[in-house]
Amino acid sequence: METIGREVVIENEMGLHARSAAKIVQISERFDSQISLCRDGNVADGKSILDILTLACPKGSVIRVEATGPDAEQAIREITGLILRGFEEK
Amino acid sequence: MSDHSEMHDIVLQGIAASPGIVIGKTYHVDRGEMKIIYEYLLNDAQVAQEAARFEEAVERTRDQLRLFLEEVPEEFKDHIHILDAHRLILKDRMIYDETLRTIKKEQINVEWALKITLDKARAAFSKIRDGYIRGRIKDIEDVVSMILRNLAGKGYEDITTIKDRVIVVAHDLSPADTSQMNIDRVMGFITNMGSKTSHTSIIAQSLQIPAVVGLERATDRIGNNQLIVLDGSKGKVIINPSQATLEEYSRKKGKYEQYLADIVRCAHLPAETIDGYRISIKGNIEQLEEVTAVLDFGAEGIGLYRTEFLYLSSKTLPEEEELFENYREVCEIVAPHPVTIRTLDLGGDKFASNLELSEEMNPAMGLRAIRFCFKMRPIFESQLRAICRASHYGNVKIMFPLISGVSEIVRAKEILRKVQADLTRERIPFDEDLQVGSMIEVPSAVAIADLLAREVDFFSIGTNDLIQYSLAADRTNEYVAYMYMPFHPALLRMIRQVVTSAKREGIHVAMCGEMAADPLCIPLLLALGLDELSINPHSIPLIKRIIRTSTLEESRDYLSHTLLVKHRLDTSGLTRFAKA
Repeated sequence: METIGREVVIENEMGLHARSAAKIVQISERFDSQISLCRDGNVADGKSILDILTLACPKGSVIRVEATGPDAEQAIREITGLILRGFEEK
Repeated sequence: MSDHSEMHDIVLQGIAASPGIVIGKTYHVDRGEMKIIYEYLLNDAQVAQEAARFEEAVERTRDQLRLFLEEVPEEFKDHIHILDAHRLILKDRMIYDETLRTIKKEQINVEWALKITLDKARAAFSKIRDGYIRGRIKDIEDVVSMILRNLAGKGYEDITTIKDRVIVVAHDLSPADTSQMNIDRVMGFITNMGSKTSHTSIIAQSLQIPAVVGLERATDRIGNNQLIVLDGSKGKVIINPSQATLEEYSRKKGKYEQYLADIVRCAHLPAETIDGYRISIKGNIEQLEEVTAVLDFGAEGIGLYRTEFLYLSSKTLPEEEELFENYREVCEIVAPHPVTIRTLDLGGDKFASNLELSEEMNPAMGLRAIRFCFKMRPIFESQLRAICRASHYGNVKIMFPLISGVSEIVRAKEILRKVQADLTRERIPFDEDLQVGSMIEVPSAVAIADLLAREVDFFSIGTNDLIQYSLAADRTNEYVAYMYMPFHPALLRMIRQVVTSAKREGIHVAMCGEMAADPLCIPLLLALGLDELSINPHSIPLIKRIIRTSTLEESRDYLSHTLLVKHRLDTSGLTRFAKA
């Protein structure tokens, strides 16, 4: 199955911290596709909050969101959308 | 327990963490460390059973978390994301799958497997550079300990649904514990651990719940569901109180509450004497949690934010980002009022545990505060960056501690300017009119106050150190503590000199030591002409009330008398103020 992906920049002040990572996991869990977050050669499972946290992405990090599976496109759209909206933090 | 009268009134003494009196039944919250033993599983059946036991414990934990989420009290809604994260961690593959795999592969019991999982997570997190994210290991530890409790069949006491009004007794309470409590039901806190500035104390103070902490073995000595008297002002707990004691404390409680209600009711009125002299009252804080209490008690901002806590509370140095978030939150809550942030006052007896510095012969006169910051330049710059960045979000002032000469303030300002130039280059916004002040707490700074006043926007007199350095008396030394005297004419003359220098250069002059919260000193401080007093939050209503019932004229009389005192000051005439 084809893997699709998109690069985004983490814009929120605190980077990918617990709250933002939790939001990604909550979205990822709704999809059947396998979802990964990649940064500097490290890969984190989009459905694991701990994995995402250990990726340690501060503000300004460029990450690549990848998805493989039947609903990959929608998953990428929702996750990158969330990141681009700064995780809806104030 | 027998009914003999000698068994009545067993008094336990702890640390007075939050004032007030309550009489009520105790409720034990068991949060002790759990012992984990290693067991080897003999066959597949045992392994399957162990895996099932783990899955059940996880399910039970998940139900408990869901319940917490549903019942989190309104005032803690902001903390929900912690519980959300906990729920995700529970089923995270790094915990869940990993533990199941370890049970099967190593043929060991769940508890030990969880321990291995946690150790692995700790190793992974310890490599993370970002201090905030690295600190999230605490969430994983909390979740693992919840699972362990369920495995031990102890369950997780549902402190969210405490039905009766109780006095909580615990070994220690974590922020997660207190955020899950139904605070309306908690009349008081008693813990084995803790100090005046520990988390439980701060929470108790800001919620105005009486608390006694550091009462060793409280959980052993105080029974569950036992009637006790808790006196948070004196740090006392009375077990098995007699009828007479109960009556006495009910009376005291009534009187105390009446008094509190009286002074707090007027806390929001300005601190202005009868004859129209206005002084600004601000609060001293050490932790973010205290900010709301300061405002509730009628402060017009934060006059001293001591910033050591984040450096002392963890094994690693806080990162700029963590500091920035913290300062930003404080100044956003306090805005439009100002927040004066004092740069790191470490050294002497206060050291971050990860900084290995040689022991000093005389720490109070050694490498501390601004001297320490000059030596640890990267630490200093990172704090200055965080403060400047936060200044964009509120009204921030910056204050340097332990300044003893002009060259120090010049150097501190140079470093600040360099940091600001960096921020400008990086296009990070900050308040370009950020005010800079000097603490006056060394006698040499008093002597050259006229020169220092040309270099800064404000002074803040730190009386605790100034008194000790001026009188060469350590107030914690029982043999010389009696010499620690805010009324000493030498000190009053020094304060007068500082105020005069400040006024001549047109700069603001504040006082942020304990003297500013001493009711007997208030008339002196009014007469000396200070612009601002910054004091511990709980003294604010009383001090404001004293000022509102004083006159400047009468205060000046006291001052002229006190400045000429040859021997020990007779304060009997001043006690009227304390009773205001």
